[in-house]
Amino acid sequence: MVGLKDISDTYRSHLARVEKSDAGDAFRWLHPLREAAFARFCELGFPSVRDEEWRFTNTAPIANTAFAPAPSGEGVDADQVAPFTLREPGAHRIVFVNGRFVPALSAAGSLPGGVILGGLCDAAREHRLIVEAHLGQYATIENHAFSALNTAMLEDGAFVYVPKGTVVDAPIHLLFLSVADAAPWVAHPRNLIVTETSSQATIVETYAALDGGVQFTNAVTEIVAGENTVIDHYRVGCESTEAFHVGALHLHLRRSSTLTSHSIIFGGALVRNDIHANLAEEDCECTLNGLYMIEGTQHVDNHLVIDHAKPHCRSWEYFKGILDGKSRGVFSGRINVHENAQKTDAKQTNMSLLLSDHAQVQSKPQLEIFADDVKCTHGATIGQLDDEAVFYLRSRGIKREDARSLLTFAFAGENLNKIRVASLRAQLEQHVRIKLSP
Amino acid sequence: MLEIRNLHVAVDGNEILKGVDLKVGAGEVHSLMGPNGSGKSTLAQVLAGRETYEVTDGEVLFNGKDLLDLSPDERACEGVFMAFQYPVEIPGVTTNYFLRAALNAIRKYRGEDELDAFDFIEFVKEKARVVAIDNSLLQRAVNDGFSGGEKKRNEIFQMAVLEPKLAILDETDSGLDIDALKIVAEGVNKLRAPDRAIILITHYQRLLNYIVPDAVHVLVDGRIAKSGGKELALELETDGYTKIAGQRAAVETEKV
Ligand SMILES: Nc1ncnc2c1ncn2[C@@H]1O[C@H](COP(=O)(O)OP(=O)(O)OP(=O)(O)O)[C@@H](O)[C@H]1O
Ligand SMILES: [Mg+2]
Repeated sequence: MVGLKDISDTYRSHLARVEKSDAGDAFRWLHPLREAAFARFCELGFPSVRDEEWRFTNTAPIANTAFAPAPSGEGVDADQVAPFTLREPGAHRIVFVNGRFVPALSAAGSLPGGVILGGLCDAAREHRLIVEAHLGQYATIENHAFSALNTAMLEDGAFVYVPKGTVVDAPIHLLFLSVADAAPWVAHPRNLIVTETSSQATIVETYAALDGGVQFTNAVTEIVAGENTVIDHYRVGCESTEAFHVGALHLHLRRSSTLTSHSIIFGGALVRNDIHANLAEEDCECTLNGLYMIEGTQHVDNHLVIDHAKPHCRSWEYFKGILDGKSRGVFSGRINVHENAQKTDAKQTNMSLLLSDHAQVQSKPQLEIFADDVKCTHGATIGQLDDEAVFYLRSRGIKREDARSLLTFAFAGENLNKIRVASLRAQLEQHVRIKLSP
Repeated sequence: MLEIRNLHVAVDGNEILKGVDLKVGAGEVHSLMGPNGSGKSTLAQVLAGRETYEVTDGEVLFNGKDLLDLSPDERACEGVFMAFQYPVEIPGVTTNYFLRAALNAIRKYRGEDELDAFDFIEFVKEKARVVAIDNSLLQRAVNDGFSGGEKKRNEIFQMAVLEPKLAILDETDSGLDIDALKIVAEGVNKLRAPDRAIILITHYQRLLNYIVPDAVHVLVDGRIAKSGGKELALELETDGYTKIAGQRAAVETEKV
């Protein structure tokens, strides 16, 4: 067991390195927040299962591993990147290797005037006013040790800015690739996506591994959906089955914005997907869709909090899990309806399909309602494949394994069909098919 | 073609079929009737390979092969088809995808080439026309949200596509209006061939006006209580099962 002191010492040395780096220089103005975040991380330490919000997810494997700062990951070439790119016409791609922006592998393409797409470290210098106005405003360091650590260690990540009235037609792809090193490493990618009034964009964040190996990605993404915006966001995790991934997504919705975020998780030994959506102004609509498919001893924890702060907002959560082997799934979904958030309409659905007798799921809805004129529903189901349906398919000549795959695919299909980026949907469908083929 | 000998079947230790003997020759249509709960569906499900039913004794030969030794999918590939009394809803799987997977599994088993999506559509459109099924049904999830009648017609449609050697229709006629009934009958009559056999499980003589059976059997309490020609169905329609059930009971008492 590694003590809190050892952990603090390890990460303090990482921090010293960051401060001396180019990022330390670019984010000089962030120094006080960095210090505060690190102090908060040292106080909190990594969460334990005694912490209610982490009851079913044991972070000891992360706490007990002595991670080195992510190596630069030089030498990745375009051929290695190609399998992970979006085959969408006109897609705007920026690539990160081990958490750092690599312009040579990126292809931002032609963007509408005023749109900014690039590395956050560069943006800290070139677009400091925008970055400073938003960075760290939504991802709080108070109660989340991992977000505090990310803020302290912040070096690079994606920066997306869509100005007022601008429509970005083709998807913006933020591709994070990890390359193994002899020793386990940690990276803290930090993404900031700011959209102004009446703009529209589709953003795909992909986390993928070029090879196996133990890596810890501690990512934080902050998204501001400006007034009357329509934002479609995807977060795809297909890292190695040895990898650790803690991702926090903070969504800030302004008046009459429509934001949809899809979380699709296939990879990772231990994955925590935190989503906090703040429906901060009236008439927002937030949809959170999720699909994960795991096996072996993989562990995926989806932890969702939606704050209905103002009246007339809608939120829809639709999360599904498919678990094989001895894998573990956790879903916790909290909906906070604040005192004056009348006419809130919120619906949460969590469905889990267990393909093996040894897989397990914990599903925990929590509704905290302080307004009286609201509609709030939740439902959770945990089940196995329907024997009657399997028999029906077999009675028509389809082999048992094929019948099971077909039904499992159908279960996943409902969520895959919600993916509006056609090439991404096709890629993920293919991924699911391969996972299902015997 | 099909020979059932002394078939005993139990569920959770309760014996449901208590020694069924039945022979259906190639080219024949047999009707199986009998009161509710007598075991008709049990027999159909056992022939299709439902694993919840335990065969405790007896044997079933299909074209000389031991049918009970085959998995449900192997049976289908050998040409056994059961139209379910209660077809199952399969959300998320389109009828088109499902039927192509089924047809190709069967073709593969028989060493035939699989049909690609285009050839399949051509093949299936023709079949859909025969059973007066709208092509849009192909794009809908299997039985999902279908009415009772639509589900029954979908079973006949599947039968038409898969062209089985032995078709067992479990009350496919129940609850159908006369137009739908005629479509079902037409589907069955189209399938009739010298190398095929059909078992019609039904409660009503009405279906047999359109499909004339070669033999009628009455199942009572897990045994074939009476067999006869097509006139037996007419007799049952007027007299009901009580007479046969009574005879059966009398035989039982004599034995004791
Ligand atoms: N899966 C099962 N589990 C327990 N009992 C069953 C099961 N299937 C059938 N049975 C019982 O076996 C008996 C025969 O049922 P079956 O469905 O074969 O009758 P049936 O002749 O088809 O009746 P119906 O005309 O109403 O369709 C009934 O008593 C029924 O309750
Ligand atoms: Mg029945």
